[in-house]
Amino acid sequence: MLDLALLATAGLLALGPIAAIVRRPGLAYIAAAALCALLALAGILAIGGTAARTILPLGLPWMGAHVRLDALAGFFLLLLGTGGAAASLYAVGYGRHEHAPGRVVPFYACFLGAMAIVLLADDAFSFLLGWELMSLLSWALVVADHRSGEARRAGYVYLVMAGFGTMALLLAFGLLAGPGGAYTFEAMAGVARTPGTAAAILLLMLLGAGSKAGLVPLHVWLPLAHPAAPSHVSALMSGVMTKVALYAFVRAVFELAGPVAWWASPLVLLVGAATAVMGILFALVDGDTKRVLAYSTIENIGVIFAALGLALAFRANGMAALAALALSAALFHAFNHMLFKSLLFMAAGAVLTATGHRDLDRLGGLIHRMPVTAFLALAGVVAIAALPPLNGFASEWLLFQGVLQSPELPQPALQFLVPAAGGMLALAAALAAACFVRFYGIAFLGRPRDAASAGAVEVDRWSLGAMAGLALLCLLAGIVPGAVLDLLAPAVEVAVGGRLPVQMGNAWLTIVPVAAAGSSYSGFLVLVFVAICALGSAGLVHRFASRRLRRAPAWDCGFPDDNPRAQYGAGSFAQPLRRVLGTTLLHARETVEMPPPGDLGPARHTATTEDLAWRHVYLPLAGAVERIAGRMNVLQFLTIRSYLSLVFVSLVLLLLGLALWN
Amino acid sequence: MLGLPVQALQMLLVLALAPGLVGLVRKVKARLTRRRGPALVQPYRDLMRLMRKEAVVADSASWLFRAAPYLVFAATWVAAALVPTFAVGLPFSWTADLIAIVALLGSARFFLALAGMDVGTSFGGIGASREMMIGAIAEPAMLLTVFTLALVAGSTQLSAVVETMAAGVGLRVSLGMALVALLIVAIAENARIPVDNPATHLELTMVHEAMVLEYSGRHLAMIEIAAALKLLLYVALIGCVFVPWGLAVPGSGVAGHAVGLAAFLLKVAGAGILLAVFETAVAKMRVFRVPDFLGAALMLALLGTLLLFVSRSF
Repeated sequence: MLDLALLATAGLLALGPIAAIVRRPGLAYIAAAALCALLALAGILAIGGTAARTILPLGLPWMGAHVRLDALAGFFLLLLGTGGAAASLYAVGYGRHEHAPGRVVPFYACFLGAMAIVLLADDAFSFLLGWELMSLLSWALVVADHRSGEARRAGYVYLVMAGFGTMALLLAFGLLAGPGGAYTFEAMAGVARTPGTAAAILLLMLLGAGSKAGLVPLHVWLPLAHPAAPSHVSALMSGVMTKVALYAFVRAVFELAGPVAWWASPLVLLVGAATAVMGILFALVDGDTKRVLAYSTIENIGVIFAALGLALAFRANGMAALAALALSAALFHAFNHMLFKSLLFMAAGAVLTATGHRDLDRLGGLIHRMPVTAFLALAGVVAIAALPPLNGFASEWLLFQGVLQSPELPQPALQFLVPAAGGMLALAAALAAACFVRFYGIAFLGRPRDAASAGAVEVDRWSLGAMAGLALLCLLAGIVPGAVLDLLAPAVEVAVGGRLPVQMGNAWLTIVPVAAAGSSYSGFLVLVFVAICALGSAGLVHRFASRRLRRAPAWDCGFPDDNPRAQYGAGSFAQPLRRVLGTTLLHARETVEMPPPGDLGPARHTATTEDLAWRHVYLPLAGAVERIAGRMNVLQFLTIRSYLSLVFVSLVLLLLGLALWN
Repeated sequence: MLGLPVQALQMLLVLALAPGLVGLVRKVKARLTRRRGPALVQPYRDLMRLMRKEAVVADSASWLFRAAPYLVFAATWVAAALVPTFAVGLPFSWTADLIAIVALLGSARFFLALAGMDVGTSFGGIGASREMMIGAIAEPAMLLTVFTLALVAGSTQLSAVVETMAAGVGLRVSLGMALVALLIVAIAENARIPVDNPATHLELTMVHEAMVLEYSGRHLAMIEIAAALKLLLYVALIGCVFVPWGLAVPGSGVAGHAVGLAAFLLKVAGAGILLAVFETAVAKMRVFRVPDFLGAALMLALLGTLLLFVSRSF
């Protein structure tokens, strides 16, 4: 399996330069899809098998590049392969509309390969090399449309944040290496550490991996960069790259750092829960289709990290089975999020192709013009809003089951914090439903708000095929959650040393995560019951009551307005929740300018929200950096004597420090 | 083996009883305001009449508008069928636990809100937007109430919760808070006064009615039945958890089930009268006061959960 994965990775890395020379984007995307399918296959095989390791004669001289494929890497490889294959197939059709495919295809293939390197790496050097490649290649994809000022700004912010994240990872690996300088992951796992060091590693990984995944307040680049990239790349960045960051966190904190004390887990739990609420609030007030999806990625990452925090709390108390429950919920949700977020980004891309813009307030009525895309997007929004019987609900349900086991925890602090975090997650789930009613209702339902939406045409079959495949997987993962849980059980075992009971033996595909509690859920039966009731009632009503139907103008209480602008728009739909929750959290303000009586000028209503992270963290930070740089500027214009004396003084100070240290 | 027939009977019972409960509430409210009020069976007549009429659908409506009433009805009916009314331990009770029942009701709300936005009118949008705002606060409150119950019972399975409560857990502060929170959620979710007015046709005060404004004929009938089922579901849920007396258990025979049925009818009648008295006594609140009202439910439910963590005996 490892050979297969390495071959596919090498193939993807080679495909980039080849695609730059042979200018056939369609063929390149098909090849990328095939290689991704191989990665997924290698991942599935690796989950069931034993860990395989080998050393490649690459990388640092005399050290080589260590690679390894175990169940945990295998699960994430499956996730990468599935998401990558779907995005590549979609791109075969979507890529035809690209202005400059030469700026996208080569980077795209290498980006997939770089993510595979991160997953396969077994030493710090290969890992960080893959990580940096992944960051830089995705940066190149974000600025693919380099003429747009928005993309350039997004690219700049992304580059700064990626640099910060890698620095944190570098320090984390420095701590992991320990005084002996362990180089491979295997050696790192064997180093003995104090709880303080383990917690420091956790904090650094939270900064490093969390900045890539989009944890609040490190999220600011994500809603800029993910939407700026071409849609299939947005799908990959949101659906897959954030999961690679998740993998880095799980690998380093759960496996390499050794036992992490219980008092470190509330940090992850609360940051996750706060990220979930803030992310979905931002999504709820935003007016750009792809930015709404990017903010919703932040929410889902928050949910996953809250589950990871719960798993850490259980593991620190030696409850391997419950830690497995929480970690299974995290990984299951990660897999589900890859499926439905890729699907929704592809649907947003299809809308972008058909109408030429991403402005919610100018869309509308697309369900009539793009029926297949609209149906598949409906599957996506039902899944992401955590509604049964699709997959989003199954993983959230599992997470709530984990939260409910918190009385087992011995520490009172955790006993208080876990239900509070559970309440925040419930709030985030309910807000997600509101957010996606708004997203779908404004873009796909109602009447078209501009000429482009009124004249939209359905997209090509490659795109539809890729979306249909993802929608089908969403349904399957929702009605057979037991199969997915059994599949990821070995990966969970690598990280926490415990596993859930086997689920596939239960009657009617029910999942029962904790046998003692007896809580059960069967997505399959819920689907069957709802389908029977809906179809049965519709059939009976049509047969025995009435089947007559008349089309007429809308009623609207007697005063229908023909102007499509009179419909509820994105801003008006968000207004109640913006007022209720946004006033404090988003600093939402509304101003009304009313001209004096007799004046014929228009009245204006402006609603503004802002990201407080910019105001309270980034702008002061940027200001401080600028001020310090301004002060230090004089150092550039000194004489040679002054420089020599500076060198001398710093040398003396360093030696003094060293002498005092010893 | 009484299981399957009892399950089928329960599904039909909730369907048959739901419009009656609506009729009872209307009748009592009318009597309290010294009116005679329509007959108890008026909701049944209304439904039959709506069913027979042709459905008028707006030109701009899509297939979702026509499918949504059946989906909303099916999701609500399945949820209602999973709540024990007169017997516990029904054969399909393990299909979904309390969290899944809440989520099924969430699905119904989701599709109804989408249907409200489908025609592209301002009323549909205002209704959908406000309904989702109410749902966004009521649903977490409901889930925290479920947490409280689950912590007492050790399971989110409704049958297990009911068996624990029926066995007697004594008076507890946390359960009292959960009850108040659940009552507030039930009032908000069912669009009753003071959150929404089910009888209003004054445009700016309505939420649920604005959302379904474009519906007519059989589609409206399905939505009305679904709304009635939801009301009965909450009555049955509060009844079986907080007043778990008289419930038949598996193996309690025909007599036991008859007692359970009688007890259930009494509970429903009692709840209907209490609801009518409450609705007559209070006034509808402004829509932006609703979040405060629901926020109280959220806080009470959270406090109830936290109290259980302080001590399992609270």
